[in-house]
Amino acid sequence: MKEKLTSMEQAALSQIASAPDLAAIESLRVGYLGKKGQLTAVLKQLGGLEPEVRKEVGALANQIRQTIAEALDRRREALEAELLTARLLAERVDVSAPGRPMPLGGKHPITRVLDELKEIFLGMGFSIADGPEVESDYYNFEALNMPKNHPSRDTQDTFYISENVVLRSQTSPVQIRTMEKQRPPIRIIAPGKVYRSDEVDATHSPVFHQVEGLVVDRNITMSDLKGTLDTFARRLYGEDTVTRFRPHHFQFTEPSAEMDMMCFNCHGEGCRMCKGEGWIELLGGGMVHPKVLSICGIDPNEYSGFAFGMGLDRIAMRKYQIDDLRLLFENDLRFLSQF
Amino acid sequence: MLCSKRWLDTLVKTEDSPKSFSDALTMSGSKVEGYTVEAEEITGVVLGQVLSIDPHPTSDHLLILKVDIGEKTLQILTAATNLKVGDRVPTAVDGATLADGLAITTRTMQDQLSEGMVCSLAELGLQVADFPYASADGIFVVEEPGSLGQDIREVLGLNDTVFEFEITPNRPDCLSMIGIAREVAATYGQKFVPDKPKVKGAGGDIRDLVSVEVENPELCRRYVAKAVKNVKVGPSPRWMRERLRAAGMRPINNIVDITNYVMLEYGQPMHAFNYAQLPEGKIIVRNARPGETLTTLDGIERILSPEMLMICDINGPTGIAGVMGGLGSGIAEDTSCVVFESANFDNVSIRLTSRKLGLRSESSARFEKGLDGQLCMEAALRACELVELLGCGEVIDGVIDVDNTNYTPTSLPLRADWINTHLGTDISEADMITILTNLGFRMENGLIQVPSYRADVTMDADISEEVARIYGYNNIPSTQVTGAAAGLLTERQRFDSSLESAVVGLGFQETLTYTFISPRAYDRIGLPDQHPLRRSVVVTNPLGEDTSLMRRTALPSLLDVLSRNYKNRSPRAWLYEMAKTFTPLESADQLPIEEYRLTLALYDAEADYYTLKGVVEALLRHCKIDRRLVRYEPVTDHPTFHPGRCAKLLVGDKEIGLFGEAHPAVVKNYDMEGRVCLGDLSINLLFELANRNPQYTAMPRYPASTRDLALVCDASLPAQTMEQAIWSAIPELLEDVVLFDIYEGAQLEAGKKSVAFSLTLRSKQGTLTDEQVDAAVASALSALEQVGARLRA
Repeated sequence: MKEKLTSMEQAALSQIASAPDLAAIESLRVGYLGKKGQLTAVLKQLGGLEPEVRKEVGALANQIRQTIAEALDRRREALEAELLTARLLAERVDVSAPGRPMPLGGKHPITRVLDELKEIFLGMGFSIADGPEVESDYYNFEALNMPKNHPSRDTQDTFYISENVVLRSQTSPVQIRTMEKQRPPIRIIAPGKVYRSDEVDATHSPVFHQVEGLVVDRNITMSDLKGTLDTFARRLYGEDTVTRFRPHHFQFTEPSAEMDMMCFNCHGEGCRMCKGEGWIELLGGGMVHPKVLSICGIDPNEYSGFAFGMGLDRIAMRKYQIDDLRLLFENDLRFLSQF
Repeated sequence: MLCSKRWLDTLVKTEDSPKSFSDALTMSGSKVEGYTVEAEEITGVVLGQVLSIDPHPTSDHLLILKVDIGEKTLQILTAATNLKVGDRVPTAVDGATLADGLAITTRTMQDQLSEGMVCSLAELGLQVADFPYASADGIFVVEEPGSLGQDIREVLGLNDTVFEFEITPNRPDCLSMIGIAREVAATYGQKFVPDKPKVKGAGGDIRDLVSVEVENPELCRRYVAKAVKNVKVGPSPRWMRERLRAAGMRPINNIVDITNYVMLEYGQPMHAFNYAQLPEGKIIVRNARPGETLTTLDGIERILSPEMLMICDINGPTGIAGVMGGLGSGIAEDTSCVVFESANFDNVSIRLTSRKLGLRSESSARFEKGLDGQLCMEAALRACELVELLGCGEVIDGVIDVDNTNYTPTSLPLRADWINTHLGTDISEADMITILTNLGFRMENGLIQVPSYRADVTMDADISEEVARIYGYNNIPSTQVTGAAAGLLTERQRFDSSLESAVVGLGFQETLTYTFISPRAYDRIGLPDQHPLRRSVVVTNPLGEDTSLMRRTALPSLLDVLSRNYKNRSPRAWLYEMAKTFTPLESADQLPIEEYRLTLALYDAEADYYTLKGVVEALLRHCKIDRRLVRYEPVTDHPTFHPGRCAKLLVGDKEIGLFGEAHPAVVKNYDMEGRVCLGDLSINLLFELANRNPQYTAMPRYPASTRDLALVCDASLPAQTMEQAIWSAIPELLEDVVLFDIYEGAQLEAGKKSVAFSLTLRSKQGTLTDEQVDAAVASALSALEQVGARLRA
């Protein structure tokens, strides 16, 4: 009996070792360990043996059963591993072949620059205000100390809807609307579209974008205007940006100024980029005119403020080295996808 | 404003390079746009004198000159024949450059050394008009004083630099040499007091010859007249012609040149009448009468209207006040008696007249800005002084002065503390006074007396600017605004930004288009003539038709962009724009309703209605809008859209917008083929309806049961109706319902379709039993039967 068992073990182990596939493993398992298997049959005969012998043979048979079961498992795992390896090999792809095209959206370069400006000014404590693009003559001009037929209106060729309604030629009316409904302290920027009747060319467009800023509070000084705009310029153009302030004239600020940035290309020497001036005009601003404060119901003896405005399109053009303003409004995807 | 440095130096002298001078003036408030140096290209040309002229030993047409250039004598060969010994000539020495860039070197011509060249007018970039005594084509024999060896540019006065100033509208006083000189003086810390004109006079009295009647003193605030007799009309002297030319004006004759010269010097436009053309010597300043016309100096007949101010004689208008004189009233060769007009006209009136006539002149450009009424008298006297200086006439004594200016000087306290607080500076009162005095302000009894030509200075803030700009803006410190500030986006701004991120995340590219459109854009999107969407805000003075209407919808703008990219063979374009539309109210004087809208436009090979619907559904998910509130209603009659592939998007009873495929005729209008999808959604409503503050709900604790239902119904029954029936039948247990198949075809009756839904059911209380699920499905089926759908057999 023992010999029979031992030789069965030998035969089984040898068959398992050479089993070619999972099906062979399964039939070996059934052949030896199944209900009608060889080992099962041996175990069924144990009942007829002497108790002493039965115990001994029984132990041996159980041990062999375990050995065969383990051998079957090992062989199955080995075969499965081989199969997986083969499958993975078969599934190999050209990793350099192109992927499936996925749509990629994006923002317009002007919006990207505006987002950057918003971030800078939000960080400096400004909120963002909005106002109508079709605006009354009052808000666009009169409340900004530019009465009807004032020569300063000539500098802004304006589109008219009626005698009293215009397409806003500047974002400044948002200043007035803000001051009318909000008491100081005020710290806002107002970005948006503005309109002037300029024929389209490489540097002009009848629609363009401005960002206006306004700060009103007690004890606001011209040095605050300089500090704020200096900080802004350095955050936008880098810490080594050199600026200068020169006198200018706007009807709604007094004193008024323009801020230039030293040409990053020639460092002030004068080159093609800065048209030989050595400086690039960045923005205009000044202390809010006392008349404008009064018009908005803010006492100029108690409060003062500064305002500034800049052209967003020019900033975007400089940032991305775009040499023709028209590109910004043509929306050619070959252009837009570059940003 | 063009400004000759040489002229300027006669008023206030500065020694600085043109670049430094430009920078200094720019930084003190008179922006220099640029400058040109006269005869900059001419170098190495000096004044020489011909010592001897000998024939060339071998050449018939060359002469050998010995030319003394001061420090040495040169041998120069020339072919010119107009020279004689003793002539003084422009001599280009070895290494010289001429006006046309020609370089001169010593060389040998037919065995004889030539150490330079003697020059003609043309070689110096000059014309006979510049030096009428010179030979037109021979060597220029110089009659100007000068020493031998001196740079010819100095000798001929070709060493001027002309600066171009940008003058802001508040400073009409700087449209004059005296005004600029004042700024230069203050910038360089000098004092400048212009000379008062002195007129000797030749007796008589103008009042015996001329009378002036001003009918409209509102528009003509002052009228000063002086008269000159025994006038000799001729060319003006070289210095005057040079200065006029430097300022960009054409010399005409001494009398006209004097009026222009005074205008440039003082900023006061002048006019000269030929007295012989002034019947009874009467000048009448009045408004034009209806139907009157006048042919102006430029030969154009102008139709006048009654709001225009005219200078008239007893027969009618002879000039448009402050704008342009009439043809025929001007100065002629034989004019013997001249009346100078130096007047002050209302700036608004001049501006409107000039606009209406489309006629601008140096004169109107100055009057428009608002001139100082106190200038008239000095300018008139200066013109007379120049007449005497030029010896071109005798000034009749007396003056006519109709003065309605009622000028009272402005005086302001000097509030040094306020100024320093306003500027953030620490400038001493004494320094402020120096700055103001140099600019022509006077201190009297502790008050600042504002000069009459500075009408722009009326308050402390104006004084602070005067102080600040001369003190130097760059000397003002940089400080930061103190105090708390919000620095926050509003809820709406955050929503817009997150909505935009979602749109970009879905693969759309932003575009920025013009907000005005052509009326033809409405044709192209198929709107019939009376369509309500055509009612738009109209620009009364557009650049052209393309900029004449404020758009009601951005769809045509985006279709344009799609079309452009289609033409450029872009295989796909998914575009969006978040911009305003403009809906007019009753009257053009009312501001229209402006609304930010989200406009979507796309084409690509696979895209159809369901592509854009998927996008819309994703955006609704982004907004966390309860899908059970959402309805899509077919729109079959919008001319822009495909009648079978367009939906109105409703949330509850709010109409969010429209989307669908463009009508093939519209696609064709934009030169495209295939399917184009368009959507136009209200951001206001999305904001209003969005759940902007989502709250966490716990993950389900009990398992879900799913059941698939295959239904048969009329092909026309909308899926949405069935879905809503299911939702309403089992609102508690239904977690989700997904349509996963629609079939129409051979295995079904004609006109029927099969629709398959997958229902997910779940209870919060416990695992659903089969009986519960069956009961729920039975309710759903009976609700479906109500709408005409039954289980497929």
